[in-house]
Amino acid sequence: MMQEGLDDGPDFLSEEDRGPRAVNVDLQTDATLQVDISDALSERDKVKFTVHTKSTLPNFKQNEFSVVRQHEEFIWLHDSFVENEEYAGYIIPPAPPRPDFDASREKLQKLGEGEGSMTKEEFTKMKQELEAEYLAIFKKTVAMHEVFLCRVAAHPVLRKDLNFHVFLEYNQDLSVRGKNKKERLEDFFKNVVKSADGVLVAGVKDVDDFFEHEKTFLLEYHNRVKEASAKSDRKIRSHKNAADDINRIASTLYTLGTQDSTDLCKFFLKVSELFEKTRKIEARVAADEDLKLADLLKYYLRESQAAKDLLYRRGRALVDYENANKALDKARAKNKDVLQAETTQQVCCQKFEKISESAKQELIDFKTRRVAAFRKNLVELAELELKHAKGNLQLLQSCLGVLKGDT
Amino acid sequence: MHECKCKRSLAGFSSVLFVVLSLVKVFLSQSPEAACLSAEDISPSSNGPRDDDPDDLFAGVDGGSVSGQSRPQSGRVRPLAGPDEEENRDTFDIQISVSDPEKVGDGMNAYMVYKVTTKTSLSIFSRDEVCVKRRFSDFLGLYSKLASKYMHMGYIVPPAPEKSIVGMTKVKVGKEDLSSVEFVEKRRSALERYLLRTVKHPALLKDPDVLQFLESSELPRAVSTQALSGAGILRMVNKAADAVNKMTIKMNESDAWFEEKQQQFENLDVQLRKLHASVESLVCHRKELSVNTASFAKSAAMLGNSEDHTALSRALSQLAEVEEKIDQLHQDQSYADFYLISELLGDYVRLITAVKGVFDQRMKAWAKWQDAQVMLQRKREAEAKLQYANKPDKLQQATDEIREWEGKVQQGERDFEQISKNIRREVGRFEKDRVKDFRVVIIKYLESLVHTQQQLIKYWEAFLPEAKAIA
Repeated sequence: MMQEGLDDGPDFLSEEDRGPRAVNVDLQTDATLQVDISDALSERDKVKFTVHTKSTLPNFKQNEFSVVRQHEEFIWLHDSFVENEEYAGYIIPPAPPRPDFDASREKLQKLGEGEGSMTKEEFTKMKQELEAEYLAIFKKTVAMHEVFLCRVAAHPVLRKDLNFHVFLEYNQDLSVRGKNKKERLEDFFKNVVKSADGVLVAGVKDVDDFFEHEKTFLLEYHNRVKEASAKSDRKIRSHKNAADDINRIASTLYTLGTQDSTDLCKFFLKVSELFEKTRKIEARVAADEDLKLADLLKYYLRESQAAKDLLYRRGRALVDYENANKALDKARAKNKDVLQAETTQQVCCQKFEKISESAKQELIDFKTRRVAAFRKNLVELAELELKHAKGNLQLLQSCLGVLKGDT
Repeated sequence: MHECKCKRSLAGFSSVLFVVLSLVKVFLSQSPEAACLSAEDISPSSNGPRDDDPDDLFAGVDGGSVSGQSRPQSGRVRPLAGPDEEENRDTFDIQISVSDPEKVGDGMNAYMVYKVTTKTSLSIFSRDEVCVKRRFSDFLGLYSKLASKYMHMGYIVPPAPEKSIVGMTKVKVGKEDLSSVEFVEKRRSALERYLLRTVKHPALLKDPDVLQFLESSELPRAVSTQALSGAGILRMVNKAADAVNKMTIKMNESDAWFEEKQQQFENLDVQLRKLHASVESLVCHRKELSVNTASFAKSAAMLGNSEDHTALSRALSQLAEVEEKIDQLHQDQSYADFYLISELLGDYVRLITAVKGVFDQRMKAWAKWQDAQVMLQRKREAEAKLQYANKPDKLQQATDEIREWEGKVQQGERDFEQISKNIRREVGRFEKDRVKDFRVVIIKYLESLVHTQQQLIKYWEAFLPEAKAIA
């Protein structure tokens, strides 16, 4: 019964949410290509995103159009970038995480089962809480899918990608199935090889100071961001738990207030009211910390991984180049297949240099983006924390005033 | 203030009779206990139908209430209760503190000794300031004595803190970690609250066992407490009352006040337990939050260290500092949650068990009275039968027995009336204290929350310019 209300998927996106919702990334949107997710529908086990494009580019048949896409199609697009050799020198915008409502659904189910053990008011309250949580997760997943598209649209090279245009324009189902077991196993092994390789490549000292520094920096940074992200999640969870407790306390105080035969009844009712309000603020604090801090860290966890991948590809290209050099020397020494060796060496050299050049720029942009995103979010976090603390303070002081005056 | 209306029909006459008899008892009696008990019952309200004044207790003649251990000064005779008496009750001049926990002995025979300091200007004490050393079982011993003396009369005797095998074992074994320090502090605080509640009760304050506990340097070791705890005693008493209830027919409650009150306390019990559980959960989660915030602070500092953009690196370090301060705030707040609210609720849950126990005692008294009436009836019937049988000596015995049981019936009725009266008074006092306690504590708690928010504002205001300075 409870699922019904959520599966209807009304337009969850209020007016204020339209427009560039790039929370984590500081992007300059220009008129030639603007992409956003104008609508989203949550069905039983999938989410349908309405991708809306406004473009003056000649490639598209119309200036404004929309298509419906699912998560798998975003992944397909991302993977096509990764597998494209031409893009080896770019930081591929990280794929959005899969929409995960499992935890929320489980909680709603548990609530439904426990309906008998709590009062009607408590039940309604908790249901509203969980629905709000579901909504928050929903908004987040929409935001993350949107950020991915915006990053691609903002990238000077990726925005021209054919698959991207198909993704935006083709109004039929892209028939992209999720990877089957075999393919996922292949991916798994590819990743194992890559990380083993990565260690190998990382061990090779780079002649170029810039890249050497970046390598050291990114390896450490990525690990630290992972730590911080995990810790911030735990902290926010504790915060939510505490807010839930205050919720229950408020309910019990209300019951006490209605039952008490002494002057305390008014007292309890007033305090219950106070806690109802402060709890809402506490919940908002946790939600804002989640948005401004936890999400920021998670995003840069993925981005720093993408940057590491870039360095890895460059490293691979470097190794290939050096191997080609060695092969050329050997061929020249034996005077056998020299031309072939020369061609190979040329190709490797070009590839390496091309990657190096774009990688440098990408990494510099990465830093700029990162600093801007952190600045924006930390400032907003501090401002929100202040706003909420002041709100709480005001509620507490006014309640105290009433209670003390009542004696 | 909640007014209790007492229906006094026959009660008026029998109370007067009772007062006269008690006065006689006071001046003839040698035993301290009896003296203490009956003196309390002398009050102007028993001179006729009148609404019970909960603060009547000190209305009695002071001189007669002190036991054989009385000292000359204590025989300060006070006039019968007037409104000023009530004033004096509120400016209650006694301060008790429990402090300086000290471990005595080693291993499993070790125990903690606490210093009990009493500062007072009340004349029943021999000095203005007394310090004694007491151990936990001494407190339990005191409670068990007071409970056995006063509970059956309908007095709400504050229960002693709970025993804790786990907590004490850690302390005995010598673990100097945070949890055993917290445990000792929790216990110290609970013992202090226990003593304060006990002396707040006007009858208990004057009890010789209480005075001995607070003043005498040596106290006979309370051995029976090894098996019993405060709650244990209550449970035993309540179990006995339960057994009685199950045996007798439902009491014909002639006084709706009692039924109403019992229901109210039942409801209060349920809600307070629920509230207590939620607050304990909050304490736990806030502690968790504090730990997780500290851990996050460290990881943010590490992140700041590895960040190669200088301004951002500095801002992240500042963020780490802010979070560290906030973690301390959460910890302090959780202590407030605990010591202010959670312990208060725990105390009241136990107190309400005592209140319920007292109502059960009344039922027991009623049952005893009813039983006596049944016995009397039987004896009368037996005598009637003997009238026809013509056995003169047996007849005499029967007549004697009738007189005996008539006396018991009267006593039973008197006791029942007395305990009912006591309970009304006790409940009135209890409710008044409850209102005061909760009010004071909740206001203190809200003030602690205010402080936390003010600190938060300070910290984030300091951080904001740092964040804005990232260029």
